[in-house]
Amino acid sequence: MLYDLFIGPFAEFDFMRRALVGVMALSVSGAPIGVFLMLRRMSLTGDAMAHAILPGAALGYLVAGFSLPAMTIGGLAAGFAVALLAGAVARATVLKEDASLAAFYLISLALGVTIVSLRGSAIDLLHVLFGNVLALDDGVLILLAGVATVSLLALAALYRPLVLECVDPGFLRSVSRSGGFVHLTFLALVVLNLVAGFNALGTLLAVGMMMLPAAAARFWTADITRLLMLAAGFGMLSGYAGLVVSYAAGSSLPAGPAVILAAGVVYLLSLLLGSQGGLARRALIWSHLER
Amino acid sequence: MSAIRLTDLTLGYDRHPAVHHLSGEIAAGSLIAIVGPNGAGKSTLLKGITGTLAPLSGGIALAKGKRLAYLPQSAELDRSFPIHVYDLVAMGLWNRAGIFGRIGAAAAHKVEHAIAAVGLTGFERRPIGTLSGGQMQRALFARLLLQDAEIILLDEPFTAIDARTTADLLALVRRWHGESRTVVAVLHDMETVRRAFPQTLLLAREAVAWGATADVLTPENLLAARRMVESFDSHAAPCRRDAA
Repeated sequence: MLYDLFIGPFAEFDFMRRALVGVMALSVSGAPIGVFLMLRRMSLTGDAMAHAILPGAALGYLVAGFSLPAMTIGGLAAGFAVALLAGAVARATVLKEDASLAAFYLISLALGVTIVSLRGSAIDLLHVLFGNVLALDDGVLILLAGVATVSLLALAALYRPLVLECVDPGFLRSVSRSGGFVHLTFLALVVLNLVAGFNALGTLLAVGMMMLPAAAARFWTADITRLLMLAAGFGMLSGYAGLVVSYAAGSSLPAGPAVILAAGVVYLLSLLLGSQGGLARRALIWSHLER
Repeated sequence: MSAIRLTDLTLGYDRHPAVHHLSGEIAAGSLIAIVGPNGAGKSTLLKGITGTLAPLSGGIALAKGKRLAYLPQSAELDRSFPIHVYDLVAMGLWNRAGIFGRIGAAAAHKVEHAIAAVGLTGFERRPIGTLSGGQMQRALFARLLLQDAEIILLDEPFTAIDARTTADLLALVRRWHGESRTVVAVLHDMETVRRAFPQTLLLAREAVAWGATADVLTPENLLAARRMVESFDSHAAPCRRDAA
């Protein structure tokens, strides 16, 4: 019984194994990047960039149909363009970066949906927006694993300046000129992971695998190294749980949203019970103060 | 030998000068306070010396091969970042460890030593968000200790810090002076300046007076400095003297 629920689907079906490998690869690099996005107060930037990828990927789709290289290259190009443009607009005009990002991503979303609708059906549109984690072929899996590998290596190499740039950018500037390079490399990693996530979970959900585990982990630890590992762990847990639940529920619960919902449950539980500022813990302290 | 030499230095933002035609030199090993009214260009001058702000004209020359450490007013530090006191202090090892260098046993010992020197032993594993203002400043001084720089720039290091901490940190500043490091501190408490700083630069966009503290901090000079900043018109042409 337990075997049928927790292990059986993966032992029996190739597409479930592939989905599991895919979400593991996504969370092992996406979640730590989400942690840095959160700590740099760029959570919404991640969301905006995820949307920004859409028109690029849609253009790739328009040219070549569901072709992995075309959609990936299109997505990367659009992601980088919006990341750089939004930064430039914020520096050159009175608009703050969040407002300019919001403007860019609204335009991107509308443009992307329009482009896909030009050629494809409503099902194609659903695929682009929400992905299809149960249909990962070899190409996508290699892309996901490659992105995870590159991201982890880059994070390890840039770990010190990245942390320093978050905690005390002024200090980093005073001891090193690497600040700008680190920031750009980090943005590139964000785009890379979003494009990888896009292939499995679609543009709208890809960012969920980054932000939800990161936000959940923050309720459990006040130490950056533990935070990174815990976030990756939460990501993998959510990926597995989401797939199991979606399989058990049959065709009524699509796998991609189930994975993100599982991450959402982990987040809500952490928000409630977390040892670092969780609501239940706060209520305890509150009653202690009132007495 | 001079540690820092300023030649006809003009610094500013958006082409409006904040520091105006400043010339002079800070001798190696000196302990000098920079004082002046709000808006006199004190912090701007420090940013110029660190190189984060490029001069509009004139130049800044630092003694060759000397390391420089800079403690800004703590505005830019993200206190909510989940990191321990130990790791914050260890950042001072950047010059030796860089991006990849290993922090070995000897370096780890130095970190502990610096933490002890500022009286924060026992706080190593505390998240920085739990420190008080004074404790935070102690940790930042420990980081400065590890930077082991020959030239140390401090921007309002004792603002909003309790008296006990100020006294402890001033002792560190004196120790640096004793080790013939060059220390330049922007300060506003004249009492501290008179007590602990042999030399002073009184700044009001231009140098009002520069020399031994007792000669600089006269009532006449202080009044003149205040008048100069008040009368300075920031909407005037980018540089008055050049226009004349």
